Amino acid sequence: MVGLISALILIPLAGAIALYIGQPKNARTVALIFNALSAFYALLLWQKFDATAPGLQIAERHAWIPSIGAEYLVGVDGLSLLLVLLTSLVFPFAFCAQRLERGACALMLVMQAALYGTFTAQNFVLWFLFYEMSLIPAFLLIKMYGGENRDFAAVKFFIYTFFGSVAMLLAFLGIYFAKGTFDFATLAGLGKSGLLTGNLKWFAFAGIFLGLAVKVPLFPFHTWLPDAYQTAPTGVSMVLTGGLSKMGVYGFIRLLVPLFPNEIKIAGPWLLALVVCSIVFAPLAAWAQRDLKRMVAYLSINHLGYCLLGLFAITARSTSSLMDTHAALSGVFLQIFNHGITAAALFYFVGLLEQRRGLRGIDDFGGLMQRTPLLCGWMSVAMFSSLGLPGLNGFIGEFLIFKGSFAVAASVTAIAVLGLLFTAVTFMRAMQSLFGGPLVESCSGFSDLIRSEKLVILPVTLLMFAIGILPQFIFNIFNATVTHMARLFA
Amino acid sequence: MIAWTIYVTFAGAIVLLVLPRVFARWLALVTAIAGFAIGVATFCQHDVDLAHFRTVVRVPWVPALGMNYHLALDGISLTLVLVTGIAAISAVLFSWDVTDRANEFFFWLLLVVGGSYGVFLSADLFLLFLFYELVIVPKYFLIAIFGSTNKEYGAMKLTLYSFFGGALVFLGIIAIYVTGGSLDLNQLAQFQFTPQLQSWAFPILFLGFAVLAGIWPLHTWAPTGHVAAPTAGSMLLAGIVMKLGAYGALRVAMNLFPQGFQMWRTTIAVLAVVGIVYAAAVALRQRDLKFVIGYSSVSHMGFVLLGFATANVFGVSGAVLQMFSHGVIGALLFAVAGRMIYRRTRTRELDALSGMNLSRALPFAAFTFVVASAASMGIPGFSGFAAEITILIGAWKSYPLAVWITGAGMVLVAAFTLRALKRSFFDVDLANTAAAPPEMEPITIPEKLGAGLLMFATLAVGLYPKLLLDRIQPAVEAMRFLK
Repeated sequence: MVGLISALILIPLAGAIALYIGQPKNARTVALIFNALSAFYALLLWQKFDATAPGLQIAERHAWIPSIGAEYLVGVDGLSLLLVLLTSLVFPFAFCAQRLERGACALMLVMQAALYGTFTAQNFVLWFLFYEMSLIPAFLLIKMYGGENRDFAAVKFFIYTFFGSVAMLLAFLGIYFAKGTFDFATLAGLGKSGLLTGNLKWFAFAGIFLGLAVKVPLFPFHTWLPDAYQTAPTGVSMVLTGGLSKMGVYGFIRLLVPLFPNEIKIAGPWLLALVVCSIVFAPLAAWAQRDLKRMVAYLSINHLGYCLLGLFAITARSTSSLMDTHAALSGVFLQIFNHGITAAALFYFVGLLEQRRGLRGIDDFGGLMQRTPLLCGWMSVAMFSSLGLPGLNGFIGEFLIFKGSFAVAASVTAIAVLGLLFTAVTFMRAMQSLFGGPLVESCSGFSDLIRSEKLVILPVTLLMFAIGILPQFIFNIFNATVTHMARLFA
Repeated sequence: MIAWTIYVTFAGAIVLLVLPRVFARWLALVTAIAGFAIGVATFCQHDVDLAHFRTVVRVPWVPALGMNYHLALDGISLTLVLVTGIAAISAVLFSWDVTDRANEFFFWLLLVVGGSYGVFLSADLFLLFLFYELVIVPKYFLIAIFGSTNKEYGAMKLTLYSFFGGALVFLGIIAIYVTGGSLDLNQLAQFQFTPQLQSWAFPILFLGFAVLAGIWPLHTWAPTGHVAAPTAGSMLLAGIVMKLGAYGALRVAMNLFPQGFQMWRTTIAVLAVVGIVYAAAVALRQRDLKFVIGYSSVSHMGFVLLGFATANVFGVSGAVLQMFSHGVIGALLFAVAGRMIYRRTRTRELDALSGMNLSRALPFAAFTFVVASAASMGIPGFSGFAAEITILIGAWKSYPLAVWITGAGMVLVAAFTLRALKRSFFDVDLANTAAAPPEMEPITIPEKLGAGLLMFATLAVGLYPKLLLDRIQPAVEAMRFLK
């Protein structure tokens, strides 16, 4: 009997195989059907999930390669469930955004399976398998289906992430030889008393940090991202930002912080400095971009920076109180989810503009408000959500992160608020030149949102408002996990 | 009951979107009147305790994080709710001629109004900030879509300044939440923040709010924003939005950080006085009538800040009264300049207007503008005088020098107001006196009603300021920085 989580991982894989063998005419519809099925399973998982229990639930454990301590262990806690739900949401959204070819659809489904696996695996070998499994479809999607400059972007993306993965693998081998286990929970238990000794621990720390920092990405390891996001097809960009980038943040929370609590305290100020650079420089870089997709890509770096700000602030100082830790972690989790929806939505809108115009430079548009008021209105909502306007989802997460990090690192937080301001400036400028001004000749034939587009964007927008106004239902998912982790970290 | 001002306004805004366009202005009017009526009904109730910030509604919102949906009311809030209602009704009346995308226009307008009610009534910092930021977005659209002269530049400048102030306020709120451990304004008002924290958190918060109140030298968004906005937009900006900043500075920054306030109040007084005199001097040199009024707004808001800086009952009560007074007078001035004159002449250039013999063509507009100018100059009998004299009495105790300088500034105010009045309406070329005034569409009934309401409000409060002062003063006395 296949367990719930295993089924969740297998469904998209089955979809990919079906696409490969069946060669259906309408690949997207088939992919969406499989997505609906996996979404149903994700909801089933949510329904079965006991929100009051902190630990791992609905776990499945099978022996796999006992000789090296690798076993098939999957399970969910609040964080994993949140990310599973996010994945189930972002993928259909991405499939709806663009009519991808059959091969691309299959690759996306493989990536989806890999993401489900990454977010639920509790043993390093298994986790790493899934982690790498997502890399290959992402590389192929950029390389084969990307736009201009795709070869360069794909190779750059691959080299960066592969380099990071190798560093991480080496680090884990070191840990395995010292401790003889790959199990996350066991390792985390050992973490408190110091996992490794001497220089080795720093090598291991640096290796894992590097692997994850590239994935998130964190300044200065981010330069692959704008190229990759820019050239990838809309749907793929949405998945890259909505799903793949979360793997890095997830890894930080699940691996680096529990395994190296002492090392992170020493390295903390340096990590925070990198995070602040991410937060402040990324929107400035976005401001300078003429390509809309590149602009959104840079802002994505900024938003993930907030996640890491909250995480590093509470773990870098030993003085943080339980309450602040709780707030910051809740904020980080919420921000992960929010960014997934909002950034995907922004890429979606840029994709809509590109479909209509054929170009996506910020100067290629103007006066759209007169021609396509609905498109402008909905896109503004996504932008406002991204810049953290109260009442929309982005604000709550950022508020909590800042609250938690302010208590322990007030000056860093104060600088990070600048990032909010720069993001706002960037978006306002974009809105002004896209929507305002006289109607540009080349945009006069634009059609406003058609019904299928409205149907896609409506639920996402409603979700943004729902989280912004009544976030409790999201908190309920991970509250117990946060409390548990906060105790562990504080 | 007062909480219904918020619900009614937002409900009206949403219904507007689905109704056919013909009903838009009527529905907006009914909504605005309903909001104002609720305010007046509360005002007339005698059993309401207005001396303290009494809770009206308190519902847990995100309990895990200590956020509550918490509204409260005292005399200061009520005064500002009333001026919001008045400005809203008159803004709708002066937008009676908006036909292009009318639903959308009144939707944004009601959002600004509803958000402002929310700010004035919030007793939870988070909620207050939510409403505060909620006002910025519709304001942007109101100006960027429906504005005139250089509208995109004006809208952008205003929004960027607002976001800048918002970021500072956000930082201040985080600092409060982290150290005070609560978001409840009443609880926080009991909390003893360390002087060290207050010394830096106060200026951040105060400045963040004061950006929206047009504090010198961060006032430059105000004139351009006012000029670019449609008539109703400038009326709301002058009438309500600038008050949001001043209100936040009083309710949050000063009330929570009394010691920080003491450390910085001289600086505030200096900025306020410079603002009053500087803006008046600049207004004297403007060619565009709306720019004159825009700078006069900055000058008048300088009085509010000066009143705050005095840190005594007279000064602060006067400042709150000035918020009411300027809300009414500013709206009236913009109504005349933007609707009555500009819609008919298509120009606001004083040079062009001076040849038009407008006092003959539009006698009612001339009358209204005379009343508004008189109120703006601070002629006794109008609300401006009552407010400014109270502020100056308060200032005399703390900063006598400021009173002398401000006195000189008031001469400048009179000078630029009279100049604008003369150039726009009464600058008749002697050779042309016999010539018939140009044909113009007569002043419509909605315009007369709106102007009448505003003139009535400024006169009523001017003749009997006790009406509001009796309710403002106890609330001010209850504030912490006076003790």
